[in-house]
Amino acid sequence: MCQECGCATGTGEVHVHDGHHHHHHHGPDPRSIEVVRDLLHANDHAAAHNRDHMRRHGVVAINLMSSPGAGKTALLEATIDALAPRWRIAVVEGDLETDNDARRIRAKGVPAVQVTTGQTCHLDAGMVHEALHQIDLDAVDLLFIENVGNLVCPAGFDLGQDANVVLLAVTEGDDKPAKYPVMFRAADLVLLSKSDLLAVLDDFSPERAAENVRALANGAPVETISAKRPESLKPWFAWLEARLAAAQAPIPAEAAE
Amino acid sequence: MHELAICQGLIDEVERIAADNGGGAVDSILLAVGPLSGVEPVLLQRAFEVARAGSCAAQAELAIELLPVMVACRSCGGGGEASANRLLCPQCGDWQVDLVSGDELQIRRVALDCDAPAAG
Repeated sequence: MCQECGCATGTGEVHVHDGHHHHHHHGPDPRSIEVVRDLLHANDHAAAHNRDHMRRHGVVAINLMSSPGAGKTALLEATIDALAPRWRIAVVEGDLETDNDARRIRAKGVPAVQVTTGQTCHLDAGMVHEALHQIDLDAVDLLFIENVGNLVCPAGFDLGQDANVVLLAVTEGDDKPAKYPVMFRAADLVLLSKSDLLAVLDDFSPERAAENVRALANGAPVETISAKRPESLKPWFAWLEARLAAAQAPIPAEAAE
Repeated sequence: MHELAICQGLIDEVERIAADNGGGAVDSILLAVGPLSGVEPVLLQRAFEVARAGSCAAQAELAIELLPVMVACRSCGGGGEASANRLLCPQCGDWQVDLVSGDELQIRRVALDCDAPAAG
């Protein structure tokens, strides 16, 4: 039997699965095992569990990623101010050290679970699973997972989120999507943050940043925002509201099985 | 540097594959890695030397096959090879392409040592 998919394939057969280059060659040497197994199989399994768990509770989960200091926590503070009156929000905070960010969120009256990763430069699905056990998901509509500030490693680990939101501060340079293609290719929404500084920067073009996202074959919206200018956050809130409305809508009978 | 975390996942999967196939020490492992996996093959090799200690792959060689970035165009129906940060159709230049290959991070083959008993 085929170890990878459980299908009843005999020795010497070759078969192909669903266009994912999923070839199995059960050759004559019984000690050489041909497989197609993702290295992140265990993380992906845990992420699927998280996703299922949150969907059953009607929770919209947003994985917020950026380099350190792009303004993730400031954006969350402004978002809580605007949306907490209508939606129940909780936050999972990932940091190498300190619970400073979780304390900033709790000061807004919103539950926050701090995950300190130590030397680990990203959150993984197992860490988020542990954090979810500390949150009453029945009392949450919108969960933000603030990932460790890092444009490299977090992109590789599915957490079970509904969407990835990547912040790019206008102080960082508009070519960041070209330098970190794995991260920006995975973005469902890109927020160009700290836009109140655009007036004093002559080398950042929001249009170029958006073009660099498109060059990654990514059609995600790119919005220019500043946590200090509530008016600029309207497209971000509208994007969140649309996802919340979709999650609250009753599941169609044929899809519910 | 998430290559160590990824290597620990690799060792777990290899141990499972070896156990499912009668056990024994692992002689070699072949991976297929695309540039858009976010993993640096050189760092992966180095991390593997740390991660393999004490496992059934403690003596195993790690081979990494690098896969190209290939796209298929939704606009013109063409396609071909692209670079990791310019995923544009090589024929018409459109960005509305699907990735055909290039984000893989997969175990493709595990060779078990026929003579040596399993470590540990």
